Parts: sequence; structure tokens; C-alpha cells
Amino acid sequence: METKAVKFGGKLVTTKEFLAEGHSFCIGCGEALAIRLAMKALGENVIMAMATGCDEVTTTPLPYTSWRVPWMHTLFENTAAEISGVEAGLKILVKKGRMPEKNIICVAMGGDGATSDIGIQALSGAFERGHDFIYICLDNEAYMNTGIQRSSATPYGASTTTAPAGKFSMGQATRKKNMVAIAAAHDIPYVATACPSYRFDLMKKVRKGAELKGPAYVHILSPCPTGWRYGTDLAIKIGQLAVQTGIFPLYEIENGRYRLNADPPKLKPIEEYLKLQGRYRHLTAEQVQRIQQMVNEDYAKLKEKVKASPL
Amino acid sequence: MSRRVALEASHAVAEAVRMADVDVIAAYPITPQTHIPERLAEMVANGELNAAYIPVESEHSAMSTCLGAAAVGARTFTATAGQGLELMHEVVYVASSMRYPVVMAVCNRALSAPLSVWGDHSDAMAVRDTGWIQVFCQNGQEAFDLTLWAFRVGENPKVLFPVMVHLDGFTLSHVTEPVILPEQSEVDKFLPRFQYPFALNPDKPMTHGAFGPPDIYSETKLAQEVAFRKSKEVILQGWKEFGDIFGRYYHPVEEYKTENAETLLLTMGAFTETAKIVIDDRRDKGEAIGLISLRLWRPFPFEEFRRIVKGARLLIVFDRCISFGLGGPVFSEIRSALYDEEPRPKVVGIIGGLGGRDMSEENFDYVINRGKEIAEKGSDRMLETVGIR
Amino acid sequence: MADELTWKDMEVGNIILEAGNASFRKTGDWRTERPILDKEKCIKCALCWIYCPDAAIKPGEEGYYESDLYYCKGCGICSSICPVGAIKMIEEQET
Repeated sequence: METKAVKFGGKLVTTKEFLAEGHSFCIGCGEALAIRLAMKALGENVIMAMATGCDEVTTTPLPYTSWRVPWMHTLFENTAAEISGVEAGLKILVKKGRMPEKNIICVAMGGDGATSDIGIQALSGAFERGHDFIYICLDNEAYMNTGIQRSSATPYGASTTTAPAGKFSMGQATRKKNMVAIAAAHDIPYVATACPSYRFDLMKKVRKGAELKGPAYVHILSPCPTGWRYGTDLAIKIGQLAVQTGIFPLYEIENGRYRLNADPPKLKPIEEYLKLQGRYRHLTAEQVQRIQQMVNEDYAKLKEKVKASPL
Repeated sequence: MSRRVALEASHAVAEAVRMADVDVIAAYPITPQTHIPERLAEMVANGELNAAYIPVESEHSAMSTCLGAAAVGARTFTATAGQGLELMHEVVYVASSMRYPVVMAVCNRALSAPLSVWGDHSDAMAVRDTGWIQVFCQNGQEAFDLTLWAFRVGENPKVLFPVMVHLDGFTLSHVTEPVILPEQSEVDKFLPRFQYPFALNPDKPMTHGAFGPPDIYSETKLAQEVAFRKSKEVILQGWKEFGDIFGRYYHPVEEYKTENAETLLLTMGAFTETAKIVIDDRRDKGEAIGLISLRLWRPFPFEEFRRIVKGARLLIVFDRCISFGLGGPVFSEIRSALYDEEPRPKVVGIIGGLGGRDMSEENFDYVINRGKEIAEKGSDRMLETVGIR
Repeated sequence: MADELTWKDMEVGNIILEAGNASFRKTGDWRTERPILDKEKCIKCALCWIYCPDAAIKPGEEGYYESDLYYCKGCGICSSICPVGAIKMIEEQET
């Protein structure tokens, strides 16, 4: 008999795969896992819009598709505008009695480039208009699909092909754009960070964001073996270290109030996270120290926000 | 009972959208299109139109939002002009290649730089290749009629292409004219409910917008072109049905006093009406001159156009746009369309009416006289223009 | 295969009507290593199942979770996160 769900303690996770096996994500891709988990949390009553990027290109080469849910892709920077149309279209068709109310979840997915660079305008507009949708950012911290070029989500000190480490360059010289804070600044009902290494936390947040009325933003760290340059088996470990060192804290912002989901009494030194990845290989001890300083600063700032408006 | 009202052409477009019971409107304001979204927003706010009005944050998002709405089966409309049409340029192509029957009104506006909010056809010419069915309106009645007709044709399951309705910015968009508005029951007879055969829905999951590797992209483009050319049948059928119900028949190329014409003037859009006055005068004086107006711009009406100009000795093409390094874009296309014809008229092109520069009757007189002169003696000018100092 | 299709075979708007039709792709061919499960050690925690980016691990006989070698790309995540070291990665053999 076919197993319908897998039990993890008190939780049941469906065995249905909405992202079909046989996709062409890289070996050991953290983003593929993030999407797989998110889809399990979302279920089949969805309509998805996806931006150009790794997730789109590895799943839909004409005439084949890996998607087992209704799915659309048009361009790179307009996913939030596209899903706004889907959402408004569904709402008005129901209102006019042309289709039954089925509470279809409108989901938009895009990479870090599609979200915080080229697509930030459309996303901001969709947030401001208050459409009922969940936007999931798959953050692998660069334009990975096109060959590891830097984005505004590339962390300080990381080497990419367009901000490479070199004789006169340390790689990324700017700080990672805080897309989570930008989403929160729109006063949307739900904003969260997630990491596939924390599978239930991720699924819970995606489910929560999907079920809420209004815009929701879930920012998922997606470790990339190709671009971050680490062994294909390390996605889970690296994700765990990202959280344990504090460089990617797991938190939620519900109607402006903060909840830190994991607050280790002592953060692991950032070096443990950096040394596993080839994109940081060029860093000097001082640069690593600077990064440690920045992580500490940012984490402290977050803790202040949590203290000031706790959930 | 149909009624005759005074309507600004922009409002005539909005009225057609209302009577078509559009579901989703996503638009961004830009001069000289603003009266269209304003009127539509007002209609929605007062319950005259049961639609979702989405005040998007740019034209790129306007068209993108229309694609999302069309993908789930909503009847969608937007409007723009000039820079707005340029900003959504990449999305305009996608509407056609993904076969979403969005309808868009464009209040033709000149392109920057320098910034100009005033009318000419450069925005329309920039989207020639995008695969949208395109028509040019001469007056307020056409603005209403062609917008309504656009939904009928675009949504036909044998077509499923987006449709662009061009109105000259200010010269037509902001002009109040008498417009005959039909009864809602007549409109409902002409325009059935939109039934998009590929609507995204969890009941039947499908994928829209897969990418095209080299081993398949060419086939998709050929398929698109074949379907696009075939849409001409439905375009003509749509106009016949429109005429049968509303009493006004439209044709891809309008002929005005072309019988036994030795000289023909070709215009597009609102200035056609000014040119007609000049043609009337000259005909009264015994000149064998006529006018043709391209109403259908894409797919290009090769058949009708070639048949109509066959007997003429001279065809003077008036362009409201400079294609840099080439000359008049319509002029170039017309010449190309006639290249293989035997016999064919001599074709000359004159450019004017840029960035809101008016075209008076005197200007059209000049165009005709100069056109004849060029036909006889040739031209040593780099570019033939009218009304440019 | 795609290169056997002609323009006439193109769907309107290039829409793909059959959901998940890419699942015929044998990504197992990508492997240079394959996972081997030691059933003695396995505690059936299903972590390998949930953490596989390719959904290549499936619930199998007697509650064990086993790799579908048709799809398994050999990334080694399952081996890396197994709490009891029940999965070993071995070099793919030439067959």
C-alpha cells in the first residue's frame, strides 16, 4: 500500500511531491529542498507564479514541466505584479459568480535577485496594495542561474563573478540588503525567515503565511553548492551553521511584533560557517573578524527589535 | 434604444470597457491616457462597473498584472501611452507569445527625449513587431467601437491574441465628439462571456510560460506567426458581426473617394479626418485624388491594401514618426508591401505631426503637392517633412 | 523528444497541459556516488526522506526509506544528516 504521509512525532508530512522528481536542480541544491518543503506545506490548492531563475529554468524546459500544481512564469522582475493579477482575477471572478470560492492560495516565488533587486518595485507595489498572497524568496545570495553574479543579497565578503575577490578587491564590499526589514516596513501582516535545515519551522511559516489574509513574505536561505562552493552533501549542515552563528537568524514579524524562533545562548563563531565555503576562501583574518563584528551588530539590533515589540 | 451622446474619446473607450463587463483593470496613469483609467476608477467606485481596479505602481507591472489576471480567465484591460508603452515593452511581447487576449488602448504619444506628452505615432511604431492585433482609430465612435470589437476578436478561441487600440494622443483622446452608444443587450449579443480554455486552476494543473531551449524556440515562433496571420479571418468576421448588430461596418483599409484616383494619400489615425477635408476640396476641383486609411495595422492587411492601390499612379504616405536612419516606418512597410506588385504606384513618404505638431489642411495640401513634385522630379533631400522648420 | 516536434505540435501559448511530465528524466545518470543503506543501523526516522532535494528517497518495505536510483543524483545529503550513520556513500560503479 502506498504511504500517504510520513509521521514525525506528532506531525504528518504528505508524501505527495508537487515538484516532480527528475528536475534539473544541481546535485545537493538547497533551493530545491526549500521549494520541496514549501510545496508540502502549501498543498495542491495553489496557483503559483515564479520568476526567471534557477527554480524556473530547472523545472520547465519546453515541452516538459516538473510542476504538479498550476504554475506560471512570464519574466524576471514582475512576479509580484503577476500574482497580483492572479489574486485579483480570482477574487473578481468569484465575486461575479463565475467561479466557486475555493480559497486558492496565491503563491509567488523568486530568487534573491528577482526579489531584492530587479523585482523590488513590483513586490513593494503588491505589498502596498495588500493583495492576499505569499511571496517566498529563495535566497541563494547571488544570481546563481546565470553564473554566480552578485546581487544585493550577496553577503559582505563573498566572492561572486561580478564582485570577485582579487588583488584589489575583497569580493562583496557592501552589506546584504535587509529584504526582511524592507518587507516589514510595508506593515504587512506576516514576515519570516526560514531555512530548509529547519524543516518544520519552514513548513509552519509557509503554511502560516499562506493562510493569513493579506501579503506574507517568507525569506528562505537556500544554500547553493555550486555558487557557495562546498561539497554537495553539506546543505543541511551549512544551513544549521548559518542559524547557529547568527548570520541568518530565524524570526517572525507578525503585525510588527517580533518573535525570535531560535536564540542560542552563545552564537557559534562565524568562522565555522565561512570556512566551509569556497566563496569566502580569500578572506584574511581581519576580514573574518570584521564579518564577525557585523554579525554581532546585526544580531544585537535584531534582539533590540524583539525586545521593543515582542510577540 | 441606442443613444447619441457627446463623449470625450477617452471616455468612449472607458464606456466600451464598462459595457464589455471587463473583470480586471490594471493601469498606471500617464498623459494623455489618464482620462481612461480615471473614468474607469470612477465607474468601479460607483458600482457602474463590477471589476477589480488595480492601481499598479508602473506600466511594466500594469501589463504583468493583466497577464496574471488573464491566466486565470479574467477579461482584462489596460491603457497607456508613449513612455509607458516603452516601459512595458518586454511584457507586451509576452502577452502575445503566451496568447493572453488582453485589450489595451494606447493614446499615441511621442517618445523621449526630449520629453513630450503630446501626440505622434512613435510609441505605436516601437511595438510593431510584438504580435498584437493593432488598429488605429480616427474618431470617438471608432474609439468606442474598436475597443468593444477588440475583446470579441482577441478572446475568440481561434485567435487568443492581445489587441491594441490606438488613439492619437490629445488630438483624439481628449476630443469630445458625438458617439452612438448601443444598448447593453446588443453588446451582450455581440460579446459573449470570456471562456479562456487554459485558465490556471488546481482542478487541472498546467504550466504557462515554460522556457524555450534552442531545439524548440523556432517552432514556437513559427506557430505563433501562423496563428497570428490566421487571426485575420476572425478580425474580418468580427467586423462583419459588428456591422450586422450595430450597423457600422469596418474594414482593414478604409477607402475614401478612391474611385479612379490617380493619386492616393495614405494616413493613419485622427489626422485622416483632416486629410479627408483636403481630398473633398480637391475632388470638387476635379482632381483624381483619394485617401486610404490603414485601420488594421497588424496583421498587415496586404491583400486589401494591394487591391485598393492597384490603379493609382502615385501613393503618398504620411508618417507621424521618424525611424532613425530609415525614414518613415509606415512608408518603408508600404513600399515593401508593394515591391512585387505589377503594376504598382510610385510611393513617396512625408513625415510630420511629431510631438503634438498639428497637421492643418494647408499642411496636407503641401503633402499632396510635394508628393506629386517628388514623383515627377525626384528628391535630393535626406528626409521629406511637412511643418518642420 | 523536443527536437522531433514540428511547429504544428506547439500548444497554444506553449502551455504544457500534462502536469509533471518531466518526471521521465533519469537524473540518476548524474551520479558519481550512490547511497547504501545499512538496515541494521537504520532507525526509520525519515530524515533522509524529508531532506532529499530530489525527492529520490521513498518510503519502502517495512518502513525503511530507500533511494530511488532512477532519480538519485548522489549528493550525499542523506548520508550527511543520518543521525546514526546508516547511509554510506560509495563510488558509482561502471556497469
